[in-house]
Amino acid sequence: MAESEQSQRKARRTEDREIEELPPTDSAHKAELDSEVDSLLDEIDDVLEVNAEEFVRSFVQKGGQ
Amino acid sequence: MSSADEDGSVPPPMDPAARRHARVMGIETEYGISALAAGSPAIAGGTGAAYIEDDLHPMQLSNHVVKAYGNSSAGQPAGWDYETETPLRDIRGYEISRSAAHPDQLTDSDLGMANVILTNGARLYVDHAHPEYSGPEVTSALDAVRYDKAGDAVMAIAAQRATQSLGRSVRLYKNNTDGKGASYGTHENYLLQRSTPFDRIVTQFTAFLVSRQVITGAGRVGIGQASQQAGFQISQRADFFEAEVGLETTLNRPIINTRDEPHADASRHRRLHVITGDANLSEIATYLKVGTAAWVLRVIEAGELGRDLRLDAPVAAMRAVSHDLTCREPLYLQEGRRTSALDLQEAYLEACRDHYERVAEDLSENMRIEAKDLFGRWQDCLDALRTDIFSLAEQLDWVAKLKLMESYRERDGLSWDAPKLALIDLQYADVDPRRSLYQALLAKGRMRRLVTDDEIERARTHPPEDTRAYFRGRMMEKFGSSVVAASWDSVIFDVPDRPALQRLPLLDPLRGTKAQVGQVIEDSATVSDLFAALGR
Repeated sequence: MAESEQSQRKARRTEDREIEELPPTDSAHKAELDSEVDSLLDEIDDVLEVNAEEFVRSFVQKGGQ
Repeated sequence: MSSADEDGSVPPPMDPAARRHARVMGIETEYGISALAAGSPAIAGGTGAAYIEDDLHPMQLSNHVVKAYGNSSAGQPAGWDYETETPLRDIRGYEISRSAAHPDQLTDSDLGMANVILTNGARLYVDHAHPEYSGPEVTSALDAVRYDKAGDAVMAIAAQRATQSLGRSVRLYKNNTDGKGASYGTHENYLLQRSTPFDRIVTQFTAFLVSRQVITGAGRVGIGQASQQAGFQISQRADFFEAEVGLETTLNRPIINTRDEPHADASRHRRLHVITGDANLSEIATYLKVGTAAWVLRVIEAGELGRDLRLDAPVAAMRAVSHDLTCREPLYLQEGRRTSALDLQEAYLEACRDHYERVAEDLSENMRIEAKDLFGRWQDCLDALRTDIFSLAEQLDWVAKLKLMESYRERDGLSWDAPKLALIDLQYADVDPRRSLYQALLAKGRMRRLVTDDEIERARTHPPEDTRAYFRGRMMEKFGSSVVAASWDSVIFDVPDRPALQRLPLLDPLRGTKAQVGQVIEDSATVSDLFAALGR
């Protein structure tokens, strides 16, 4: 289902592009979005606990309500 | 107001029309808790050494956290009045002197566990090995958001103070599972009329709780109670529900909880204890969570839902909805008709709109404004979930988390069982703003807001003004050293020169408001003045 969802989304994006008829602007916009996402991920990488595997393994809770 | 009325509680009642339509509610959250012993790397940039698990029992650790906050200015340690219906002389544990209420000698009788009543009317205490913040009673969804976020702020401060006092890094998480089989709750409470048949709540509210996950889900990495299967699901809690109706909250959890402890006049009220919800970081998710539930309950109480919308297999549906990221999984009603989470939510929304048209003229201006805003946002969410789920990434927790994780999956080629994704899931909910990924998104303008930081800070220290929480909170703020115990529906004082402790019942959640008692509290320099002014 994830695959068909993705291809649906791709199809929708392609349609949008055709309607807008502005491929250069669109790809520039996409590049801008990509670099925004990259910088967000980089920032998040800086605050993530180091050694994800150890950290996640050690997070064990007693049950509650 | 100059004298107490015959039942001894704080007078006078509010305008009858407003009272009829006011809905009293509140949110309580158990936070996940852990501590890293000295030697563990604090955060990224540390040594990279293994994390050293702490040997403190989580109950002790939670106790430290609550005490650490209780010793600050916004709260006062006080006992909890467990027996709200009996006269003072019959209550165990209240022969204590005021000196016993010293912060280091907490007066609670519950195994010595810390219990703090905050100046905002909330209760901060230890419940089931987790620190819990039970927000004050409110009457609007927006206030529920303010006081829920205030709870996060309380926990952030508590974690920092406990870290300082213990010399170990204490982490608190606003989530509902460790991904290894344990779950802890975020409960909502709605005051209902006793006259509403409980069976009607069961038959008409269950499908709402099952379907609302598409809006209220906080997102979770892992499928199954112990994450037996890799993947992402909409809700933190869904996999932990095993029954349709029941009394338990920790085992065999039911979708509809039957605990009947109204904390109010039991002949008139019932408190519906909703235990299915996720802990939300998103303000909009919390707003929709309590706002839509309160309106659906109005409709059900009025007997205007029309048809029952009974699901054929609610427990299975609870999981099916959570596991389906397209929100299109078919669900079946008992009558045989096929439906979906979105169709069900649409049906409830329509019923709320119809009911609103019938009662709008009796509502206050503020109630009307909030109702219209709620319905608009609710509709927008349902429309977006049908067309472009990721357009809700700035509004709903599960979509925000999913989008972030999909970006990581794409960049780093991660599969769903990658520890980094489980860490992102966990750290999204860290209450410390320096580590919280929710806060990181907020700081980048990637989560929309409904309230400001200033409003949250005010809500951390000031009570809501339109419920009895106002009286409770102001008592803690102004006369905290004279309060020996309190509960949702009472405050017990040690008044100088009076031989016995004085108990003020607050059985009506809509009495004790600022309009009713604000001036008399303002005018009372001492607790003796207050009691004189109340005619007691």
